[in-house]
Amino acid sequence: MKTVVIDYGMGNLGSVRRAIEECGGEPVVTSDPGQLDSAERILLPGVGAFGDGMRNLREAGWPAAIERALAKPNVAMLGICLGMQLLATTGYENGEAKGLGLIPGEVTRMEPSGDERLPHVGWNEIHVSNPSPLLEGIESGIDFYFVHSFRFVPDSKKSILATTPYGGDFVSIVQEKNVFGTQFHPEKSSHAGFRILKNFLTLPRLDA
Amino acid sequence: MLKIRVIPTLLWKNVGLVKGVAFDSWRRVGTVLPAIKVYNMREVDELILLDISATPEGREPDYESIEEFSSECFVPLTVGGGVRNVEQIRKLLKAGADKVAINTAAYSNPNLIRDAATRFGSQCIVAAIDVKRKSTEQYECYSHCGRKPTGHAAEDWACKLEELGAGEILVTSIERDGTMQGYDLDLVRRISGAVRVPVIASGGAGNFGHLYEAISSGKASAVAAASMFHFTEQTPLEAKQFLASKNLPVRKSAPKD
Repeated sequence: MKTVVIDYGMGNLGSVRRAIEECGGEPVVTSDPGQLDSAERILLPGVGAFGDGMRNLREAGWPAAIERALAKPNVAMLGICLGMQLLATTGYENGEAKGLGLIPGEVTRMEPSGDERLPHVGWNEIHVSNPSPLLEGIESGIDFYFVHSFRFVPDSKKSILATTPYGGDFVSIVQEKNVFGTQFHPEKSSHAGFRILKNFLTLPRLDA
Repeated sequence: MLKIRVIPTLLWKNVGLVKGVAFDSWRRVGTVLPAIKVYNMREVDELILLDISATPEGREPDYESIEEFSSECFVPLTVGGGVRNVEQIRKLLKAGADKVAINTAAYSNPNLIRDAATRFGSQCIVAAIDVKRKSTEQYECYSHCGRKPTGHAAEDWACKLEELGAGEILVTSIERDGTMQGYDLDLVRRISGAVRVPVIASGGAGNFGHLYEAISSGKASAVAAASMFHFTEQTPLEAKQFLASKNLPVRKSAPKD
């Protein structure tokens, strides 16, 4: 399963590449959008700020190439952490910026309450809202590794696969057709994270 | 609920893993890669790997080795030691570090923390401070692996680092380091009270009770330990079982396929 890991200068790609290998995929880490022509899976990782991420993606010509690839049958995309946030319509980190617009919604700063601190760093559980093949074998209550200060607020509740309690409940997994996003890092979430990556690599045929 | 993290610290000097007492008298305790593999297999919450000879030797981080280590690490990995500029941080993140710890360089160039947080996000910038008690009232920060007093009061410096954009503060008591006599709870409490970002307590853990105190009394978000895991039979998993028995939230591991 050719899995293009998008290299747009935002963070730790080594772990993602290794995790995809361990999960049986064939990762191609590349900064060339042309690689998407033959990709079956697209992975958008990333740490950093929303505006910088979008600028880098645009400068390299990724948004149009991603849209073309996703229009084909049997292609699916997963955004991780900042990569999930970039799927949104608009982000508000260091000013307003337009996102990829693949899952309608906004990215806003989390609001910690009581003793909660920001960034939200560490292991926290997910609560499944809607079933999805991505979550095969994953139950509510399992912990994943998070490290972020912003959150994705989707326009439609239907896009929400799971939420996580911090600063109220925030959305930790999203899906819109063949586009998925996890706010946590599956590649750093040990066995549970690998289960999600394996599910992503072996998704049943999805309608584009 | 966000879980308490129990983090083994790996101190890396030249080719091996070492552990000392009060930042001195280093003993060799193994090699890095096998240790990372074992901790990864045991699903630890996170790992901290500090190259303690980089700054004293005035050299760059060893990106090649870090890439090798991180390729076997599927839990979060914080890497530190010898980090002086944004380009080095970029290379470390590219080599597979999830977070980068900055210590000595922040004193001469505080804007490094700001630039790094702006570029890569606060969440991957861990500011490390090494601290000694100066008087009953005051704690002082030391740079260069605990060798040089900086004149900065610990709480003030922690606040400054937070303001500059550090996403976490790793606070180590130099005097308690390696003693296994317990964290300096007064220090941990002061730092946790001074900042709103998560604080990782380090230096002095010898038993599970010490970890519990750092969280319940010190208000730390995470506890780091080295000697306790290197030199005793106690494991991170047992530590978490103990913390759970004290009603602290700890991570549940997923069943392996």
